[in-house]
Amino acid sequence: MRGDGLLDSGDIATDRPVLALERVGVRAGDTAILSNIDLVIGAGRPTVLMGPNGSGKTTLLRVMMGLTAANEGRVDAANTARRAFVFQKPVMLKRTARDNVVFALQAAGRISTPAHAMALLGRVGLSALADRPARRLSGGEQQRLALARALARKPDILFLDEPTASLDPAQTKAVEDIVADVAASGVKVVMATHDLGQARRLAGDVVFLVRGRLVERSPAETFFSQPRTVEARRFLAGDLVI
Amino acid sequence: MDGASALSLVFSGDPTLYAIVQLSLIVTLSAVALAAIVGLPLGALVALTRFPGRSAVIVVLNAMMGLPPVVVGLIVFLALSRSGPLGALGLLFTPQAMIIAQAVLIAPIIAALTRQVIEDLWAEYRDELTAMEVSAAARVQALLWEARFSLVAILLAGFGRAAAEVGAVMIVGGNIAGHTRVMTTTIALETSKGNLALAIGLGLVLITIILGVNTLAWGVRHWAERHAG
Repeated sequence: MRGDGLLDSGDIATDRPVLALERVGVRAGDTAILSNIDLVIGAGRPTVLMGPNGSGKTTLLRVMMGLTAANEGRVDAANTARRAFVFQKPVMLKRTARDNVVFALQAAGRISTPAHAMALLGRVGLSALADRPARRLSGGEQQRLALARALARKPDILFLDEPTASLDPAQTKAVEDIVADVAASGVKVVMATHDLGQARRLAGDVVFLVRGRLVERSPAETFFSQPRTVEARRFLAGDLVI
Repeated sequence: MDGASALSLVFSGDPTLYAIVQLSLIVTLSAVALAAIVGLPLGALVALTRFPGRSAVIVVLNAMMGLPPVVVGLIVFLALSRSGPLGALGLLFTPQAMIIAQAVLIAPIIAALTRQVIEDLWAEYRDELTAMEVSAAARVQALLWEARFSLVAILLAGFGRAAAEVGAVMIVGGNIAGHTRVMTTTIALETSKGNLALAIGLGLVLITIILGVNTLAWGVRHWAERHAG
């Protein structure tokens, strides 16, 4: 778990790994998006990816989900690990909220009756909006519907890419409550955010990226109280880390 | 005078005129249905799959949108004629032959436009459907459904092209009175004979039908968009 001499895994519990990355690199032409990422994601509380814009958080999530192929290195997931992804701007199918969930259940090969879909909508607090066209929902409601669709896969690992980036505080809290509930139910949550407050509220451990490199990995309490690297200290102080 | 006679024919319920209109609608709607069965999935498949020669297929599909109707008529005629590969079916100079000719004419239009619509939609939905591990067949089905409002417009374009077509159905149908005579072939024939009243009457009906179908489709589309998002 050591990357370029910068990564110190500290005391992160990885005794039950669900995902492992070994020297992963992603390039776009001559530009390195991710370089030499060594990372083991273990079961337990949410892992939060932090870093300035362009640090590679989204690309790292996409690589872990299998949406973007790594040019170098390898990604190993536990054999049975079922993964789901919630995008920063989820795309709603042009049908009702309930039918969006029914579709996700069908795609996952699960029982896809309206009752099953309603149970998932209930879990994200959207029962009353089941018959509403999904594209007519507010941003926060769409994000919760995206969570319901992701949960339809019964995931072992749930990836979230800045799920509250454009939401107001009330909607942000609603999404965070669901994420906390999902994590408490045993699903491994891996989430990218640039919201320090959100990271403090949700993170079990923090993976800090700068310019596509993993520069620090710490338990959340340690990361926020005693960051090891200059970059993390500057980031937490609100300095511009470029 | 011809105009007044034409209106009289239309509003008097002239049986000859309405038999021609009925056959025209049966032929064209059947051709659109047949072309849609082939063109929609074909367009979606080309949009969603990568294979050697795909670019050439797209170029050919796009080029076939401009197929000259008389050439299509000639090809279908040769295929269905007694010595042709499908001659044993005995379809030449029947409404079925006209349906085939119109379907051949508009299937590339439906496939090429569907390919473009689905490809654009795929760019929007790719990540979501990939993350949901939606199977290839289910992707085709899902995207066709997501594109349903745009596809209605494509089917209308096909309907308009087929309904207005004269060369192909003239060749393979033979324009036989009471059997394969449709609006466009009748208009051509009656105009050449100087019977302008029937030609104008049919012209009015043809334009009204195309306008009516488009108005209906527009209304349905807007209603559906309001209710489905």
